[in-house]
Amino acid sequence: MALARVQLPDSAKRGEVIEVRIAIQHKMETGFRFDDMGRAIPKNVINTVIARYNGAEVFRAELGSGIAANPYLQFYATAEASGEFEFAWVDDAGERGSERAAITVVG
Amino acid sequence: MPNRRQFVRAMSGLAVAPLMPAPAAAQADPFAPLIAAFTKGAPVREGRVTVDTPNLADNGNAVPLRIVVDSAMDAADHVQRITVLSEKNPRPVIATFHLGPRAGRAVVTTRVRLNGAQRLMAVAELNDGTFWAGSTYVVVTSTACWDES
Repeated sequence: MALARVQLPDSAKRGEVIEVRIAIQHKMETGFRFDDMGRAIPKNVINTVIARYNGAEVFRAELGSGIAANPYLQFYATAEASGEFEFAWVDDAGERGSERAAITVVG
Repeated sequence: MPNRRQFVRAMSGLAVAPLMPAPAAAQADPFAPLIAAFTKGAPVREGRVTVDTPNLADNGNAVPLRIVVDSAMDAADHVQRITVLSEKNPRPVIATFHLGPRAGRAVVTTRVRLNGAQRLMAVAELNDGTFWAGSTYVVVTSTACWDES
């Protein structure tokens, strides 16, 4: 499955707003392109990305063909407790991917 | 057999025809039905939402886009949903983001595909049920909907 890169701080103070970034390797086929034989390439985009922080959803994105290839998302979250960010996504072909990142909250 | 003068007149008419103004229906606000689908008919106010892009994007395949909503993002006042709408893309709803009080800051950044220079609009739904909208205009020198392969 697609590679993804998640970036968030290793540690944060309790209550601090942290920046979360994720980039997923995916062609985000629009369905408007044609292959070498002139056949239409079917639409296949990552349609949902969900970010959970210690099991609870903090951010969800419904994407379409208007999002650039290798979708990049940057958003924010409030650091509450040490634990894990979990990212999960699915594309139109039903292929799923996920990525995790740990965070330590001090104070 | 038409003489030269008649021929020139006929040709100049042809050349001008495509420049005629489009019928009024084609000039209706392309965002109106999309906003109605998102808000389910609730009124939308201008403000609190900023759509930030470069004024001029070289490549329509990946245009940086930042949506900022003026909100405290606490339990009492937070953004629930943001939708990004395009004026000219073949699929006009670019993305919908779901946020909540734990999102800390109502800012989302991504990269979008744009089919030519156009207006972009973002509509945000707050937890009190109000809808706010902001828009911007982007000039795109090279459109995304151009298949080089």
